[in-house]
Amino acid sequence: MNWILALPELVLALSGLAILGIGVLPKRNTHFACAMAAVGAFLLAAALAIGAPEGSAFGGQIVSDAFTRFAKVLILIGAAAGVVLSLDYNAREGLDRFEYPVLLVFATLGMLVMVSANDLMSLYIGLELLSLSLYVVAAFNRDDERSAEAGLKYFVLGALASGLLLYGSSLTYGFTGTTNFDRIADALSDPSKASSGLVVGMVFVIVGLAFKVSAVPFHMWTPDVYEGAPTPVTAFFAAAPKVAAIGLFARVLGGPFGDLAGQWQQVIVLISLLSMVLGAFAAIGQSNIKRLMAYSSIGHVGYALVGLAAASEAGMRGLLVYMAIYLLMNLGAFAVLVAMRRQGRAVERVEDLAGLARTDLSMAVWMAIFMFSMAGIPPLAGFFGKMFVFKAAIDAGLWTLAIVGVLSSVVSAFYYLRIVKVMFFDEPAGALDPRPASVSFVMAASGVFTTLFFLYPAPLVAAAQAAVAALLG
Amino acid sequence: MNAAGFPLLSLLTFLPLAGAIFILTLKGEDKVVADNARWAALWTSLIVFALSLILWFRFDKTDPGFQFVERLDWLTDFGISYHMGVDGISVLFVLLSTLLTPICVLASWDAIQTRVREYMVAFLVLETMMVGMFAALDFIVFYVFFEGVLIPMFLIIGVWGGKRRVYASFKFFLYTLLGSVLMLLAILLLWYRAGTTDIPALFQHAIPPAVQTWIFLAFFASFAVKVPMWPFHTWLPDAHVEAPTAGSVILAGVLLKMGAYGFLRFSLPLLPHASADFAPAIYVLSIVAVVYTSLVALAQEDMKKLIAYSSVAHMGIVTLGIFTFNVQGLSGALFTMLSHGVVSGALFLCVGVLYDRVHSREIARYGGVAKIMPSYAVIFMLFTMASVGLPGLAGFPGELLVIVAAWKVNPTVAFGAALGMILGAAYMLYLYKRVAFGRITKDDLRGLLDMSPREHLVFAPLILLAIWMGVSPQTFLSFFEASVTALVVRHEAALGAARLAGM
Repeated sequence: MNWILALPELVLALSGLAILGIGVLPKRNTHFACAMAAVGAFLLAAALAIGAPEGSAFGGQIVSDAFTRFAKVLILIGAAAGVVLSLDYNAREGLDRFEYPVLLVFATLGMLVMVSANDLMSLYIGLELLSLSLYVVAAFNRDDERSAEAGLKYFVLGALASGLLLYGSSLTYGFTGTTNFDRIADALSDPSKASSGLVVGMVFVIVGLAFKVSAVPFHMWTPDVYEGAPTPVTAFFAAAPKVAAIGLFARVLGGPFGDLAGQWQQVIVLISLLSMVLGAFAAIGQSNIKRLMAYSSIGHVGYALVGLAAASEAGMRGLLVYMAIYLLMNLGAFAVLVAMRRQGRAVERVEDLAGLARTDLSMAVWMAIFMFSMAGIPPLAGFFGKMFVFKAAIDAGLWTLAIVGVLSSVVSAFYYLRIVKVMFFDEPAGALDPRPASVSFVMAASGVFTTLFFLYPAPLVAAAQAAVAALLG
Repeated sequence: MNAAGFPLLSLLTFLPLAGAIFILTLKGEDKVVADNARWAALWTSLIVFALSLILWFRFDKTDPGFQFVERLDWLTDFGISYHMGVDGISVLFVLLSTLLTPICVLASWDAIQTRVREYMVAFLVLETMMVGMFAALDFIVFYVFFEGVLIPMFLIIGVWGGKRRVYASFKFFLYTLLGSVLMLLAILLLWYRAGTTDIPALFQHAIPPAVQTWIFLAFFASFAVKVPMWPFHTWLPDAHVEAPTAGSVILAGVLLKMGAYGFLRFSLPLLPHASADFAPAIYVLSIVAVVYTSLVALAQEDMKKLIAYSSVAHMGIVTLGIFTFNVQGLSGALFTMLSHGVVSGALFLCVGVLYDRVHSREIARYGGVAKIMPSYAVIFMLFTMASVGLPGLAGFPGELLVIVAAWKVNPTVAFGAALGMILGAAYMLYLYKRVAFGRITKDDLRGLLDMSPREHLVFAPLILLAIWMGVSPQTFLSFFEASVTALVVRHEAALGAARLAGM
């Protein structure tokens, strides 16, 4: 029993409880203090995650290696930025209750458990801890019908996905006799002996995870939840949990089911194709920018899964690099969305950005950088993410995937350009309210990363490489 | 290190970017910021141009290889490095880019009154991308600059363009992007096969003919749109018509050359077999481009559209020259690219001069301008003649070389190209006649002022070049002689080796 390996998780769990205590006891509003404490806990956990030793603990339930380090740092960055983005927005919308940071801390704890899981049991516990916290924050603006609807929808569909995942896990357990990832991998070391029941179980697990990453055809909840939830919550949804779920995808398919690559590869190819195409076409008609970003995120998951579909070391590396870049540029784009307020009210139509280049040039420039980056235009970071996953697809001979992928990236460029057009070419629709410093900070940090990534990409790629080496053993 | 003793090419590439960042930090009243932005952009681009003259004087014309080479680790484990250098094929295009940028800044001095700061930033970023693209010696670095051009150009057309600017900017962006992403896949395939994207290293890497065909098609998708070749040219008239004057100058002067440069730099040396196989198809497309777009130009009512179609025709001559695979053809193509960069840029500036005064590009709106603006009429005449290919001016030597080269390959093709020259004379002279001569029917034209000193200053270097290139073409041809000869020898060797293996 080596509990040191679980130190980041323990720190988060304890600080979650402590923040809950701090929040309940005093009479006055403690939202800001709790939020700051949550950010502090995330940073501490990140520092601990970076320095964590390697090995497995709790009877093989959890594992700590270069992969978990990579994923945890990303998740904690995303979570911390998510809290920072919510500070001003929640105060203005009357959502500044201390439960919010507490729920995010527990959600993040769930994510950390997910990525360090080395057993179907710990995987499920982490996933449920994450999901239950997210259901609540989706409905956090409880007096707003859309927010309540988002929470309920997310809960119903999320519960269905969890059920499918559990069913798949139980089939896997039934056919291999174990829930431990290493043991499952041993049992499958000869893929020809894998029974069809096991393959069915694996497909159920994939379906459950595809729900969580909102890949087509399991994406239906995404636009509604993204649109309905308060904007900082959407920002949080689109960042850290996505990385955690994709990381889990990589862990499960690369680890225990690694030898069944021939079986799952075709499934991933299909959902990746569908996600890219749907993400490209469905976003074109959207006028609500949060809904548009929901479809955009579906598309991005499709691109990331191209790396997974390649089922190779290069593919996994591309997947991780893509997710890191996606996380950081997405936070910036959502910072802009959070900052969209006019006369004290949050606005969320694409037209509300009209003429932003005249009224707030720096925000318009950052947003344009994020949009061009998401469209995959060099020299911005998004291009390099796409480059690595498509390189992996071509190495693996997945030409259909690569060609459909780049073509759908051209289609999706259309709606990213539309946002740039609205900001730069159209007449101003009136100035937005001054944005708070916290939001500007996230925007600028993300913008600088997105713009300057090309100068020195080697460290991120090397970290992803180390993570993949640990993942694939 | 390199001949300059310091990283010259990187400096040329990134100095404009530094200028752009400086301009972004300017603060104060709008009018003051606009003035400062103009001067800062002008000085930055002039310093870059002055530095680039080192290339002109220190370039070793006898060396066919890459010079002024720089190399830095970037993604070393993956075989990508930041590798810059120029050879005879690219060196003059770097100079063309650095020359046209200050001219564009100067030409926009009064024409652009709104959001001047952003405009100047966009132009300096554009210069970074153009210079970097011509100097890149790594395929991924090349692609980064090649695509990066889209962002500033999209904004230039979309923000400062005409009535249908949104349509034109989207069409420009998406059309070019569609071609480029297919090229990206081909680059990734090359990267996979060779394990590196270093261009000199890729030259040593033989690719089986069957694979060459696919890679060629992917490259073609990108470069043919960029050139543009008929029938992929439809974005060009829209983009030219809607872009502000300086945007058209850069578009015609440099951006169109990127496609032809891509054919020369990549398709020919990397894919000799596929290039040879596809040459007849390219001839057909080029001749159609030359003849068809010349006829279309003849029917235009809009001055910018007419010159845009003439660009497509001239670029048809260029692609024809490239795919003749002999020294005359390649030299002629390169020379035509340079002369077209100067001449069509100047023609767009000529249109801009009228547009700034009358705010119309319609040919019928003018007439008798020669009587009102004599000095303008002389300059416009000079560039019309240069475009037509009058001996002694810039247009002639390149076209002559290409036609001679085409004659060696196939007389019918040469006939088509020559037909294009005749039609070119027809539409340009017809344009000149309608604008400059005739009776003055529009009363408001009588009050037009002739060109200001600033406008003379804008045209002066272009006039000088147009005459210099016509009178002494050897000065320019000598730059690319060695590289072109080496390219042709390599091409023939590659085909010859395959023929021997086939026997």
